[in-house]
Parts: sequence; structure tokens; C-alpha cells
Amino acid sequence: MTEISGGPFVVATILKVVVFFTLLILSIALGTYMERRLAAFIQDRSGPNRVGPIGLLQVVADGLKNLLKEETWPSAAYKGFFLLAPALALIPGTILFAVIPFASPAPTRWGYVDMIVADVPIGVLYILAIASLGVYGVVMAGWSSGSKYAFLGGLRGSAQMVSYEVGLSLSLVPVLMLAGDVRVPEIVTLQQHYPGDATTLGVWLVAPLLVGTFLFYLTGLAETNRLPFDLPEAEAELVGGYHTEYSSMKFAVFMMGEYGHLITTAMLVTVFFFGGWDIPFWSGDNIRVAADGSLIGEPAWWKTLLTLIAFVIKGGLVFATFIWVRWTLPRFRYDQLMDLGWKFIIEFVTIYIIVIAVAIYALDRAGLAFGPAYAAALLGVNVVLAVLLFFLFDRGRLIRGAGREAEREARRRLLEARRQVRQQTLSHALGESARLATTADDSSEEGR
Amino acid sequence: MIEFFFFLFAAMAVLSAIFMVTQVNPVASVLYLVVTFFSLSGLFVILDAHFIAAVQVMVYAGAIMVLFLFVIMLLNLGSTELSDIRQGIGRVLAGSVSVALVAVFARLFMAGGDVDGLGGPSALDPLLESSGAVAAVAEPLFTRYLVAFEITSILLVVAIVGSVVLARRREP
Repeated sequence: MTEISGGPFVVATILKVVVFFTLLILSIALGTYMERRLAAFIQDRSGPNRVGPIGLLQVVADGLKNLLKEETWPSAAYKGFFLLAPALALIPGTILFAVIPFASPAPTRWGYVDMIVADVPIGVLYILAIASLGVYGVVMAGWSSGSKYAFLGGLRGSAQMVSYEVGLSLSLVPVLMLAGDVRVPEIVTLQQHYPGDATTLGVWLVAPLLVGTFLFYLTGLAETNRLPFDLPEAEAELVGGYHTEYSSMKFAVFMMGEYGHLITTAMLVTVFFFGGWDIPFWSGDNIRVAADGSLIGEPAWWKTLLTLIAFVIKGGLVFATFIWVRWTLPRFRYDQLMDLGWKFIIEFVTIYIIVIAVAIYALDRAGLAFGPAYAAALLGVNVVLAVLLFFLFDRGRLIRGAGREAEREARRRLLEARRQVRQQTLSHALGESARLATTADDSSEEGR
Repeated sequence: MIEFFFFLFAAMAVLSAIFMVTQVNPVASVLYLVVTFFSLSGLFVILDAHFIAAVQVMVYAGAIMVLFLFVIMLLNLGSTELSDIRQGIGRVLAGSVSVALVAVFARLFMAGGDVDGLGGPSALDPLLESSGAVAAVAEPLFTRYLVAFEITSILLVVAIVGSVVLARRREP
């Protein structure tokens, strides 16, 4: 079966864009609902359950409310940029999905259709390039609002996103080293099990790259400005962060951008480390595009549907863990956040890349073919690194609260201050007594 | 179809570059420059240089322009008019340099883009076929031009260290 081409290709592409974009927007809506329900579950309350069956229409009600609210224009705002910022926040998160494969290729009368909007030759680089644009929305919103809280939130957000972007990009390098290609469908194929085929690993990359998965997850969380990294909108300090001044639908667009970003991050974790649309322990979904463009395997519509369901379930579970983390962990302090990003994650990822590269080289030299055994060997390396990582990550080692160091510093300052006060009082007292002595002399002179 | 996109991106690049220079507000200038980078990236895609296109967006639009925005925001240059081209002789000099550059490009255009060393529009096709979008850049960079590449990175480190040393306040 050959790839779809010509007129039907254009029609198929337009259909894919429309369908997948609608699904994404729908899942953003469902994502907000899921967040509220899960938060309620974690906090032992009911959550939204009045509008529609089990509260599912709450999202529609919220949207309607946002549309009908009054729009406010802060008088100090730069109007054009103020209007542009929500769009800049929404667009990068939503166009990322263009290079993510959702399901196995589907057969049609005109040839097979890849279930990916655009299979660009630079897939992963496209993802990194677009992800690096997410910061514009935050910066523009913070600056154009003309409010100090929004400005501080924007500054924090952009500093955070710029810092963690490095770690995010680097944590994907081991995946690329194993895949040997930057096209995203290749990475899914790599994780599928083809017995006797030495070009695929046959194991989800979470096993051979356990530490890489954790680092990507962590930096992805930081990139989306979620708890425990939600410093840009820390409500206790900044009212609402960079979107303090926004109201009605403009605010809702920021929220949509956040959830869109979150959902694409969940999809990326799924694609890179959890097999994408691969159904585990089943070789019926072993469908891939060969180098010459022909299709290996037997595509079928029901398989496309099944793999799509598998993808949605996996992505949904990753998304659920994002929510779980949000309602479980407290927020980092700002200096802790920066320390973690610059002084730990970047260094650790660099070491990780070197270790994995050496391991891959050694395994190749040992003549071990790609496959589960290869993955198991890498897993061994990862477990050692994971023990090290979590030892370092433990409380008080890298990230400390107002702990020993700070306490010592505070005591030093206190002693210093006391010393100064003592000296001052001493000199003051000396001065005072001298003055008193002279006045006493004076008065005695007068009395004479 | 390709021609349409070429002219679209080319027009966008030129127009946004002009707007970038003529804007009073520096933030608007930065955003127009971002649009220019995007258009250039589109042109690179048309030329089959996918890697350069991605890196263009990643490095220039995603990192350097964000830094520009940062500086502008922190210095709060919001609505002041700034011009670092000096009046009189400086303007004449800048103008003549631009005219010379335009002349060079015009000459290239008249020659039909057929310049020594460039093999025409589809010169990269066999390379892209055989090694993919990234390897086509990575292979020469890490084999033939490795020394130049490493020296460049040393240069960058020197620049960073130098700026830190210059910016750091002396301990009293």
C-alpha cells in the first residue's frame, strides 16, 4: 500500500487538521473539568457536579460565563500588545500537536493516511522550536499590563521558562541517540516490538531511559508553569501573576493556553517514553512506514481506532499525574527553583547524556543487538543513576528550605547587628557622659 | 504553489524588517524582528534546509529575541524614541553601506542565483535523501569543520566569562 497523494492528500490533511484541532480544543475543555474533579477528589469534596451529567457541562457554563463577563482595559496597558498576549500564549501550545502521531496509519481507497498532521523531517526540533516560543505570551502579558504584579509574574515566568527549556531540550538527547532520527513516528516505531528486527528496541523508552523520563517530566512541568513550579502566578505574592489584569474571555484564553500546553506536554511524554500509540503485548499494531514510503504491516480502521484509544488513555494518565502532583506538592521558593534548574538539572542531564552515550557505545561494541536485552542493560545503568539522583534530590541536600545554611547566615547577621548596636550604645554612652561632664562643668562654672 | 509561498514569505520578511526599523516602540520592533525570523525560517523550509529553519526559530526567535525583550522590559524603554545612528555623517555612511549591500544582492539576482559554489535550487536533494535533515548539517560540522566548531565554542565561553568579569561589581 502506498501513501496517499495528490488531491486526496490535500483533502485528508485538511480533514486531519480540523478533526485533531477540534479534539484538542475539546480535550482542553475536558482537561479543566478533569483537573477540578480530581482536585476535589484529592481534597475529599465533590467538585463541579451540577451542570449536566456528573458535571460534564460545567465547562460550557464556564465558557458562557467568561464570554458574558465585562472586559476591562487597564488604563496603563499598552493596548495592542495587551490584546496580542493571550493569542501568543495559546498558539504555541496548540500548534505543537501537528507533529505528534495519534494512531496507526489508516487505509483508504487512495492509499494509507498517516495519523499525524505533518510528518516533518525535523519533528523533535520543531517541537523544541515551538516550545521555546511559549515564553512570549507570558512576557508580553506581564509587560503590557502596566501593573507591577503582572510585571513581576511575567519576569519570573520568562526567567523560569528560559532556564528549564535547556534541561527540557537536553533530556530528549538520549531518546534521539537511541532513535537515530529526529522524526517523531520513528521514535514510536523504535518502541514497538518486532521479533527478530534489530532496528527497533521493542520496549517503551521509559525502561531504558528511566532517569531521562523523570527529567523530561520534571522540566515539562516547569515549562508549563504548573505547581510545584507555578511561581509566575503565585497568588499569595503576585495576586494572579502575569494575567492579573486580564478579564473575561481574554483570561479564559490564557487558561486554555495553559491547559493546551499541559495536554501537549502529556502527549509528548507519552510519545517519547510510553510508546506513543503502541498497544503493549500485541504485535497486531506493528505498522510502520518503510524507507521507500511503502507500508509494513496490515493497517485497518479498527486498529487505528484502538491505537487512538490507547494513546488517549496513556496521555490521560500522564495528564492525571500532572494534576496529582499539583494538588500534592507545595510550591518551591524562587531561589530554590533557579538553583534546581541551573545548578542541578542542566549538569545532571549533561552527565546523563555522556553516561548513556558511553553505555550505547559499549553495548554496540559488545555486539549486543537492539532489543529487550539491550534495553535491560541500559535500565541497569539508569537504576544506578536514579539512586544517585534521588539521593541528591532528598530534602536538605540540594534544595534546602530555611535550613542550616540560612540559619547560620541569619545568626551571623544577628551577632553582627548586636555587636554594632553594642558599639553604638557604647560610643553613644561615652559621648553622652562626656557631654554631661562638660555641662556639669559648665553649670559648676556658672554656679561659681 | 512553491512560488506563492516564496513570495509570501519574502514579502513578509522584507515588510516586517522595514517595520522593525520604523517602529517607535522598541517592543514592537522586537516583535517585527521575530516575524522576520519566522519568514526567513519559512524560506529555509522552501529551500529544503529544514534543520536551519528549526534552528532559526529556536535560537533567534526563541532565545535571543526573548533576551532582547527582557532587556527592553527591565530598562522600561516602553515609549521613548531611541536612535543610535548619529546625525549627519553617520546617516550618510549607513545609507551608503545599505545601498552597496542592495547592489550586491541585485547582482546576485541578475545572475539568476547561479553563483560560484552554489549548485542551484536542488543541490541539497541527494544529500538530504541519503543522510536526513540533521545529519546533512551535523556530519560536516563534527568531522571536517570540527576544529573551527570547537574554537567557536571556546570563543563563546571567553565572551561569557568576559561579560561576567566586566559586569561583576568589585568587592569593596
